[in-house]
Amino acid sequence: MIEFSQVAKTFVLGKRKVEAVKDVSLTIQKGEIFGIIGFSGAGKSTLLRLVNQLESPSNGSIKIQGEDLSSFSAKEIRKLRRRIGMIFQNFNLFTSRTVAGNIAYPLKLAGMPKAEIKIRVDELLKFVGLTDKANDYPEQLSGGQKQRVGIARALANSPEILICDEATSALDPDTTAEILRLLKKVNKEFGITILLITHEMNVIQTICDKVAVMENGEVIETGNVFDTFTNPQHPTTKRFIQSVQQDRPSDSLLHQWKQSGGKNLYRVIFKGELANTPLLSQVSRKNNVDINIVYGSVQELQEKFFGNLLVSFEGEASAIHTVISELEKAVSIEEVIVE
Amino acid sequence: MKVDWATFWPRIVDSTGETILMVIMTLIFGSILGIFIGLLLYVTRKGNILENKLVFQLLNLLINIIRPIPFIIFLVALSPLTRTIVGTTIGTWAAIFPMTIAASFGIARVVENNLISIDPGVIEAAKAMGASPLQIIFTVLIPEALGPLILGLTFVTISLIDFSAMAGTVGGGGLGYVAMTYGYQRFDGSVMLVTVIILIVLVQIAQWIGNTLSRKIMRR
Repeated sequence: MIEFSQVAKTFVLGKRKVEAVKDVSLTIQKGEIFGIIGFSGAGKSTLLRLVNQLESPSNGSIKIQGEDLSSFSAKEIRKLRRRIGMIFQNFNLFTSRTVAGNIAYPLKLAGMPKAEIKIRVDELLKFVGLTDKANDYPEQLSGGQKQRVGIARALANSPEILICDEATSALDPDTTAEILRLLKKVNKEFGITILLITHEMNVIQTICDKVAVMENGEVIETGNVFDTFTNPQHPTTKRFIQSVQQDRPSDSLLHQWKQSGGKNLYRVIFKGELANTPLLSQVSRKNNVDINIVYGSVQELQEKFFGNLLVSFEGEASAIHTVISELEKAVSIEEVIVE
Repeated sequence: MKVDWATFWPRIVDSTGETILMVIMTLIFGSILGIFIGLLLYVTRKGNILENKLVFQLLNLLINIIRPIPFIIFLVALSPLTRTIVGTTIGTWAAIFPMTIAASFGIARVVENNLISIDPGVIEAAKAMGASPLQIIFTVLIPEALGPLILGLTFVTISLIDFSAMAGTVGGGGLGYVAMTYGYQRFDGSVMLVTVIILIVLVQIAQWIGNTLSRKIMRR
């Protein structure tokens, strides 16, 4: 659907050259929700703008459904943009137009007859749940409502792709969840491919199928969300994951725990269906070893379980050894050293 | 010799009409020209939709040359051109020409300033929806800036009333002319007072119209 190959973008600011995007190759499949995560300045915003040619690449090529954008004329680019909806962090609604007027705008640009525009606008208002706000002006709306107008406006011309520029970064957690649900619905009901950029790992965790991590203009890690979450490779990726998932208590707490007699601390990681089996309890009973869960969490990731627990074993050394080797067959387990 | 008010009133009424004509005509022509120049200035600015360094710097220079010239000097300096275009340098229409030129450069700056205050994100959104530069100008820039633009034009209108009085002193007619010939040169305080009161009333009306319109558009 969207194919970046060896894309680079360099901005010239006076005498300084800024390489915003360096040699990025990525493929986004049709119907996917693809998230690009990175800290600010990582180049993700520039990468997103290359898709609808708000920026043009200095190098490399971008293909949408097999068509190379570099061959497009200005007019063809404007036509292409009607096939790609875009939503923004600050919503960017027209303050001089009502909610209905904002949603009608791209339809007017596309030359749709007035009567049809009205029908389509009503349909979109209903989809985003703002029928009663049709004649309000943007300043009368809350942040979440504004973003819903933004989404309706972006969907007006029934695009194949929706690109989201930090669409939830200006919203509170509840509203973020509400907008993410709406985006998921857009993806499921209309089969629209979504490419989003964010600096919030929970956005990736909640709705994305695939993720790419960007740093200094480069993609440093990419893969499906479950694998990336459960087995991150790059230190930056690990940092992002730790932001939504506490996998280790503070050193001082662990120290206290050890002082009060804690020992034999292990990290147990289990994925997918394994959460259905009472594995810990079974091996514990069989070998007469007590298992104490010290810290950890079990989360849902792409409709699968992902558990990350710190446990300590109490019992005879040989029995503990047997327990560990039995657990190793099913889950990943490693000893945690406490200072 | 003082004026005979019994017969002088029609004179005042005519002059008021001339002043209003000068101001309104200048406002219409000046706005057309000024909005055009202001838009051109804005869109050719660095990083904008029709960036063009040459056009921008040329316009910018022209505005900066014309705007500091005191209007009364500009009026006299422009008179050869006024004669060529209007056919005369005396009378109401001869005053409207230099007033329009002076006003349009002032309006151009007002327009430019109001456009600069538009959130660039809104323009980006329109671009992302496939709007052409011309569509952006007419469907985004102008409507988004309209409220403050009207306030700016109101401000300009009030200085136009001022300009029209100056134009009066060099034969442009209107209240300025009456005030100068009867009030100043003949020391008739009553004429001066009446013209000043009428000018004040005109300014109040202009301001009220401007405020009402802009409030309606900006919804506040």
